[in-house]
Amino acid sequence: MLTANHLSHTYGSGAGAHAALADIDFTVEQGELVSIVGPSGCGKTTLLRTLSGLMRPTGGSVTFHGDEIVEVPTGLAMVFQDYSRSLYPWLTVEDNVRFPLRRLHLPKEELRSRIDEALAAVGLTGHAAKYPGQLSGGMQQRVAIARALAYRPEILLMDEPFASIDAQTREDLEDLVLEVKQRFSMTIIFVTHDIDESVYLADRVVVLSKPPTRVVTILDVPLPGERDQISTKELPEFIRLRGEVARLIRHPRDAQEPVAAAAG
Amino acid sequence: MSTVSGRTDSKAALPGAATRRSGPMLRWLGTRGPREFVLRWVVLFALFIGWELAAKAAESPYFPPPSEFAARAAELWLPADGTWLTEATANDVLPSLARMFGGLALGSLVAVVLGVAIGLSRRLGDYVDPLIQFSRAIPPPALIPIFLVLFDRGALMRVLLIAFGAMWPVLLNTIEGVRSVDVIKYETASIFRIGFADKLVRIVLPGAAQKVFAGLRTSLALGLILMVISEMVASTGGIGFHIVQAQRSFQILDMWAGILLLGVLGYLLNLVLTVVERRVLAWHRTTNREIA
Repeated sequence: MLTANHLSHTYGSGAGAHAALADIDFTVEQGELVSIVGPSGCGKTTLLRTLSGLMRPTGGSVTFHGDEIVEVPTGLAMVFQDYSRSLYPWLTVEDNVRFPLRRLHLPKEELRSRIDEALAAVGLTGHAAKYPGQLSGGMQQRVAIARALAYRPEILLMDEPFASIDAQTREDLEDLVLEVKQRFSMTIIFVTHDIDESVYLADRVVVLSKPPTRVVTILDVPLPGERDQISTKELPEFIRLRGEVARLIRHPRDAQEPVAAAAG
Repeated sequence: MSTVSGRTDSKAALPGAATRRSGPMLRWLGTRGPREFVLRWVVLFALFIGWELAAKAAESPYFPPPSEFAARAAELWLPADGTWLTEATANDVLPSLARMFGGLALGSLVAVVLGVAIGLSRRLGDYVDPLIQFSRAIPPPALIPIFLVLFDRGALMRVLLIAFGAMWPVLLNTIEGVRSVDVIKYETASIFRIGFADKLVRIVLPGAAQKVFAGLRTSLALGLILMVISEMVASTGGIGFHIVQAQRSFQILDMWAGILLLGVLGYLLNLVLTVVERRVLAWHRTTNREIA
């Protein structure tokens, strides 16, 4: 569905050039949740900006349904890390959710039902008339998720969406993501620095290296579809995977050889 | 642009600026309750009483007691004898206000349009910044002779003078307001494929609105000043003309009444702007409360 082909990006040129992305290859299939995890400063912002079409990469390409992305395609939405920067504080919760739908020219009833459904899905029914500034951080990020849901994207990119949210709220929101994925059979790319989160949510985990960033490896997550914050994280398979991801992030060189061989 | 923040800070010195914080509007003349009301107004009343006593003791023909020129002002401009509009109001106050609002509206509109364009385009900003810094440094009254030559002595000349002189605070604040809008807000809109017009109306303008109002507040004060000054030169009507004319014909009471009227008008206009700002920026008060 969405493929990165030898994606690379270098900022600037000459001596001051900074190679953020060296060579990124992966494919996300329909209905999959792929998490992307890597050490801090691993160029994940650059990666998301090129994947979404906000920015053209300096090398390689991103294709969506086989077509190269040159601008933000229809059917793609993104939830940004910093909800306070991405929500519009002068619009009510409902109007924030409605904002992206303006250009779709939906019939009135459908507009209404999409907004209501999206707010209900994130548990914000009854908060529609409030302004984002009246909500807690966790609730604001729910608004951002509802906004993306009402847009009904085929693929949803999430940029460390829960990085600045307290641990318990974070677990609730992780389960919300899984629920939404099931219910709307949505394809999701979830970027995070949290290793537990990357394994808990994903069907596959893409592990990135330090810049110039490459894909260290891609791990399958053979955990059961129904996940639970407590019991899933107690499974030996979960513990094995999180250990493996952690080792790959800390010592990518040990793992790089076999991956390079497999790719070649 | 450090000059901009300097301008916006000056709003604190204007009368009524503190009412921005108050609760139910106008119930206690813009204060929170009886206690604050007393604290706020007691100094002013005391001053007037002191002035009254001093003026009565001095018996100077040039410094009549406030009670006398206040009574004269009421006689001139307050509705009486079943008519809402006294002759003096029709001749002086209304034309003055019309010119001032005309000038402010024109100046603010031009300033917001230019400010948005300059705020959005760094390059345009770099080109016009020296021009703006130079133009706004010219004291607008100095332009009266040129404006008289260009536009003659009619209302147009005064409106344009007010527009030109009062537009700078709005312009500079709009530029800064537009530049302060977070880039993520534009990127969010780009992700959802929002068009340029929608970005302009729903992101740029609301994002800059708070700064624009700060500019308007300063511009309003400037507009009032320029209105009076423009009417003191080559004029046949308006509050400024009334004051000069009264002074020249030794109608000292009328002169003081005119000055009082300007003070009251300035205060009321600022109050009206405050109310409008609170309505337009209602969302902003919710955002200031940090609960995240």
